[in-house]
Amino acid sequence: MKKTCAAMVGTARVLAQHHINTDNIIPARYLTHAEKQALTPYLMETLDPSFLNRVQPGDFLVAGRNFGCGSSREHAIWALQGAGIAAVIAESFARIFFRNALNNGFPAIECPRITDRVREGDRLEIDLRRGQIHNLSRQEHFDFQPFSEFTLRLLEAGGLLAYVLARR
Amino acid sequence: MTITEKILASHAKRARVVPGEIVHASIDLVSAHEVTTPPAIAMLEQLGIRDVFDPQRIVVTPDHFVPNKDIPSAELAKRLRNWARETGIKNYYELGRHGICHALLPEQGHVLPGMIVVGADSHSCTSGALGAFATGIGSTDLAAVLATGELWFKVPASFKVRFEGKLPGGVFSKDLALELIRRIGVDGASYQALEFTGSTLSELSVDARLTITNMAVEAGAKSGIMAVDAKTADYIRARTAQPFETLFSDADAGYIREEVIDVSQLEPLVALPPLPSQGRPARELSEVTIDQAYIGSCTNGRLEDLRIAANVLKGRKIASGVRALVVPATSTVWKQAMDEKLFDIFYNAGCVISTSTCGACLGAFMGVLAENEVCISSTNRNFAGRMGHPKSHIYLASPATVAASALTGRISDPRDFLQ
Repeated sequence: MKKTCAAMVGTARVLAQHHINTDNIIPARYLTHAEKQALTPYLMETLDPSFLNRVQPGDFLVAGRNFGCGSSREHAIWALQGAGIAAVIAESFARIFFRNALNNGFPAIECPRITDRVREGDRLEIDLRRGQIHNLSRQEHFDFQPFSEFTLRLLEAGGLLAYVLARR
Repeated sequence: MTITEKILASHAKRARVVPGEIVHASIDLVSAHEVTTPPAIAMLEQLGIRDVFDPQRIVVTPDHFVPNKDIPSAELAKRLRNWARETGIKNYYELGRHGICHALLPEQGHVLPGMIVVGADSHSCTSGALGAFATGIGSTDLAAVLATGELWFKVPASFKVRFEGKLPGGVFSKDLALELIRRIGVDGASYQALEFTGSTLSELSVDARLTITNMAVEAGAKSGIMAVDAKTADYIRARTAQPFETLFSDADAGYIREEVIDVSQLEPLVALPPLPSQGRPARELSEVTIDQAYIGSCTNGRLEDLRIAANVLKGRKIASGVRALVVPATSTVWKQAMDEKLFDIFYNAGCVISTSTCGACLGAFMGVLAENEVCISSTNRNFAGRMGHPKSHIYLASPATVAASALTGRISDPRDFLQ
């Protein structure tokens, strides 16, 4: 579960829309299961059926404002993680999704105007500790509010549960 | 301080809190249903934790996929039921006494003013109409609360919404919620606590008020809250003998924003797909034909909602080609509606009446939409595909507007049918 927060490098998969909701991410009819492998085949099914085919493990999902709004279903995070998505970078997040993400050790990065700055397939380097994104494909840098020490520890542990287990 | 800040301060054993700071607060009431609780149970098992912090403070009801829609949902309900029994939770509402948790908690007297209420469901903010700080969480946070009885919160800034003036005929609390979201957007109150006040509010029943706090999350809010008044106190005293504290925001409390809505200028609204913020007057949408009309949910499935719908439908028939569904939010509402002979009105009009379930609201079962079908619904979300096929369409409205539309087969202004 351990991962380094120093630098993550991956490819951007862009869904340049605002208000992508958790019904989009994983429709409720699939919530009879909570295992990642049961959820992931339906990831973004209603929004972009080709999305899953584009995603490779380690990719970053890039989206607009209010990502993850709607239902509190943590299954949305699990479906994204199951596809191997390493982080979501959005212009803003709905609060329950944001909390769920950190609880699962899943970086949810708020970065203004990110959908203007990144194109599908761009290679990105994210430094969570310093709060920087380096668009390697375009040689551009932009900043985001760095995570707190506690949040970084949560992310490094792999989420709240893993964090608590590791401290026992 | 605002009411919200006072509640968070007292539960964090602090004299004062300010927006933005992180507090660890004790939790008074937790609600648990069969979709998001089983993952939390699995996490607790992984941690070797078998007991919950306080079985008296946990209320359990299956609501999303009940009566069990298939074998996997039956397994979820079974897991919830067994867990409630094993942990000694007495407030378990089995099928027949069950209800949609956000309607059940206030109705059964579990929610008291001044409490912190959490549930692993986004519409947990509903209970704020009784003067509680109520908010939705995920399964991991639920596991943490079940184990410890505590949770961390970032103290939200408060956003005051004043509803002023007399409600015109045909305009209901759902229209107020839709108007607010139309004005501020689906992320207009992100991370904030909506505090509802104003002269209109005191005229609304508790049933009607719960519709407004229910929709707080549709504006991105963490919570929605209303100060206690005589109606709230009567509502609670009719349900529980538990004492409670009444809190008010201080005169010098700080608000990040204030929005004043003159309700006397409003008319019945309908939110166009795919966002609750896309409200338009119902009378401008008469070209939209519908396949299904849905009256129910944690937003608008309480007794007053069913009475309002029945008032529109009484002595009339649902339009040919339209399916009309009535889903009382709880078993108690179901029984009351039956006793009041509302079911006769619904049946005679051509509606189907179901047991309480979240079912169709989230596209699970009991009213799922086919491709290109259109539903006008008293629920809270009109996201693409929410009620079924990704290419189905949901229009949100009050129970009166839904009922009126069911009669004509197209989106209709309920004022044409109300005396």
